[in-house]
Amino acid sequence: MAQYGGLGLFLILVQSAPSFSDTWALFFATHAATLGSWFLLLALALSVYCFAAGWLGLLGRDAASERIGETARRAGIAVFYIVLLAGITLVAAAFQDNFSLTYILHHSNRELPIAYKFAVLWSGQEGSLLFWALLLSAYGFVLRLRHKTDPRLFAHASVIIAAVQVFFLLLVNFAAHPFGITQGALPADGNGLNPLLQYPEMVIHPPMLYLGYVGFTVPFAFGLGALIMRYPGEKWIHITRRWTMVTWAFLTIGIFLGSHWAYNVLGWGGYWSWDPVENASFMPWLTGNAFLHSVMMQEKRGMLKVWNIWLVFSTFLLSILGTFLTRSGIVSSVHAFAQSSIGTWFLAFIVLTLAVCVFAFVKNRDHLKTEHRLESLVSRESSFLFNNLLLLVACFVVLWGTFFPVLSEWIQGNKVTVGGPFFNKVNIPIALLLLLLTAVGPLLSWRKTSTDSIRRNFQWPAIGALVVAILLLIFGVRPWVDSSYFYSLMTISLSALVLFTIASEFIRGGRVISKHTGQNLLVSITQLGRRNTRRYGGYIVHIGVVIVFVGIAGSAFNVDKEMEMSYGDKMQIGSYELICRSYTQEDKPNYGSEWAIMDVFKGGKQIDTLYPERRFYKASQQTATMVANHSTLKEDLYVVYEGLNQDTGRPILKVHVNPLVNWIWIGVIIMILGTIMAMLPNTMPAPARVFARVPAPVTGD
Amino acid sequence: MRIFSTSLVNSRKWMQATLLLLASVLFLGVGDDARFQSLGHKLMCVCGCNQILLECNHVGCSYSERMRGELAETVDKGGNDDLMLQVFVQKYGPTVIAAPTTTGFNMVAWIMPFVVLLAGTGLVVWVVRTWKNRPAPAMAMGVQPAQGSDLEKFREQARSETEL
Repeated sequence: MAQYGGLGLFLILVQSAPSFSDTWALFFATHAATLGSWFLLLALALSVYCFAAGWLGLLGRDAASERIGETARRAGIAVFYIVLLAGITLVAAAFQDNFSLTYILHHSNRELPIAYKFAVLWSGQEGSLLFWALLLSAYGFVLRLRHKTDPRLFAHASVIIAAVQVFFLLLVNFAAHPFGITQGALPADGNGLNPLLQYPEMVIHPPMLYLGYVGFTVPFAFGLGALIMRYPGEKWIHITRRWTMVTWAFLTIGIFLGSHWAYNVLGWGGYWSWDPVENASFMPWLTGNAFLHSVMMQEKRGMLKVWNIWLVFSTFLLSILGTFLTRSGIVSSVHAFAQSSIGTWFLAFIVLTLAVCVFAFVKNRDHLKTEHRLESLVSRESSFLFNNLLLLVACFVVLWGTFFPVLSEWIQGNKVTVGGPFFNKVNIPIALLLLLLTAVGPLLSWRKTSTDSIRRNFQWPAIGALVVAILLLIFGVRPWVDSSYFYSLMTISLSALVLFTIASEFIRGGRVISKHTGQNLLVSITQLGRRNTRRYGGYIVHIGVVIVFVGIAGSAFNVDKEMEMSYGDKMQIGSYELICRSYTQEDKPNYGSEWAIMDVFKGGKQIDTLYPERRFYKASQQTATMVANHSTLKEDLYVVYEGLNQDTGRPILKVHVNPLVNWIWIGVIIMILGTIMAMLPNTMPAPARVFARVPAPVTGD
Repeated sequence: MRIFSTSLVNSRKWMQATLLLLASVLFLGVGDDARFQSLGHKLMCVCGCNQILLECNHVGCSYSERMRGELAETVDKGGNDDLMLQVFVQKYGPTVIAAPTTTGFNMVAWIMPFVVLLAGTGLVVWVVRTWKNRPAPAMAMGVQPAQGSDLEKFREQARSETEL
């Protein structure tokens, strides 16, 4: 019978599976709060152990210390599993409509579609902090698994990550507990997810943004670790650069999805409003970007060691500062979470982290000494310095503008608004300088560039850019009429300059390969990219940036019109004619909606039918816009259903014609592809065609 | 002397006429609607949505519709842009203006970024100059670094052979 034991057990399990799952579900529903709380406490205890034991392990170099260090590493790995279980517990509670958890009651409801039940995890203060802790533990998990790359450096980084992890787990255990229990009688349904978040992109946008924010902990951990251990050589910077690129790419995707979502959901016709929370994501993006450029100086010339360390520190601190802005409520924002005491925790953490950074730097600054020497002012090195300067000044402008209302209140006693007009006025000239540098920088050689070389490399791109500027003037862009037209003309001309210089770089490199291998130019250019993925991937990123700039430049020519429309009413905007065919109302389980049917004509021909909609979410009692967009490469016809006029019962529609918006999204996709390419390893160079001397045949005797 | 002053007056009149003509060509079409748009983008909706007045799209927003109406009325009456904005500041407080004004402490908001940019540029130029003026590291015995035209020749050779 023994051989049937396994089969018998299997049959029993299959038969009892439904009741088992029911029992488990019941157990889970009644104990979710207890389970989740224990998971969080256990994760905190393990993180504290990982930090303390990891530190102890680093103090000695004997076998015992190594063993302690190994236990710390394993504890760090376990933290990931435990926090993952806590996250699963919370999501499962959302799926089970377990309103005994306050968090689920406030952020979910019974009719919420399944995909959005996952989004419940990051839709509120407590859940999003748990999500942060989860992502941090996931980064730590990968790092600890890859410890053999450089055990001692990775052990230092692991300890620092554990310290950050302790902070976030302290938050979710004691300041913003996601497993709090609902007091009193349970309501029949929850308050529902914020309707603005009930959009497919919103399921991906926050995770991407968080992957970016949280990911900057890893370069920070490597940087601080390398400084503390006085790491010899530049290997740490290679490792850090790769992690920074991954993180920066995630942040780019996150920002892009956020803008795309804002454009399609908020219905104000724009994609970036310089809201403090948008600014918070933009600041670490700018400093991370500066680091990705300046790191080349350290790799190639051993320069800017102090600068790079501080860039890594600043990027991490800015990502925490962003979170502080979002959570503390010190600045008004459409994104801000409920005001709470959590801001104090973040402020304390920022101060503590800064103190640790300053202490480590002061103690080990002699290790970062380098003999900087430049041969010429006109060199790649100088261009990187100016690039960093401009990126950091742009970051300062964002930080300054975001905090100025607070400063003004302290000093003048009254708040002022610092909105889009300020940021656009100050940052656009800086962005144009940056664009100019993007064109010039790659043409400069390391160490020294001769005037002759600049003239040779620059003349054709400059002529091309000039031609573009003249064409724009011919086609009616009048820079003297409005400053926005001037900026638009400058942006597009400088973008052309960048594109031409990049094209000339590809062609020049392709020609050399073609000369040596005999392949045609196009194949040679492709091979060029594979042989130096980092350089040419970087150029692809620049192409993406340029396309984004061109897309933004289009906003100077935006037009909009608002009109109350009835059956058969016509609206003329730009080259479009819109006819209101119908308008109606609909009731669905999760929301009720009002929408219009608009036929779109261009040149007398119908080209599309649009359905702008406005939803009213029942659980949260909030409205949301579903923009109808006829999008082409040239422009977007963007139609917003603003609502019904209560007196006439007719819908009010706002229509925007926004030129070149699609270019922004295409540009960002190219940026991401370029970043991926830059992360790929180089392939071996193709064998060159060599003409060997063949000895003449021996003749005669 | 009189002839001179008459010609001066005439030339002034011509200049004024030319400027007027130029201004009317440049600002052709900059009517009330453009002014409404321009001013509407300098004001915030005060309902708490943190949006520019003309971009606030809340259905039934109790402020934006009324404020737009007030703005249209003010534009119709005519007058200086600054005075029109002041009317809104008086009614809704200083936060109604979308960017800091250029008076008093608010001026600091505008100046500071350019101060930082200038200071940063100065610092970078100073750093580059300092690094450039540092002596070259000593070479190993017997090794003569290429300099001047020789160095340029090697650079040119590297460029022509690789261009990478």
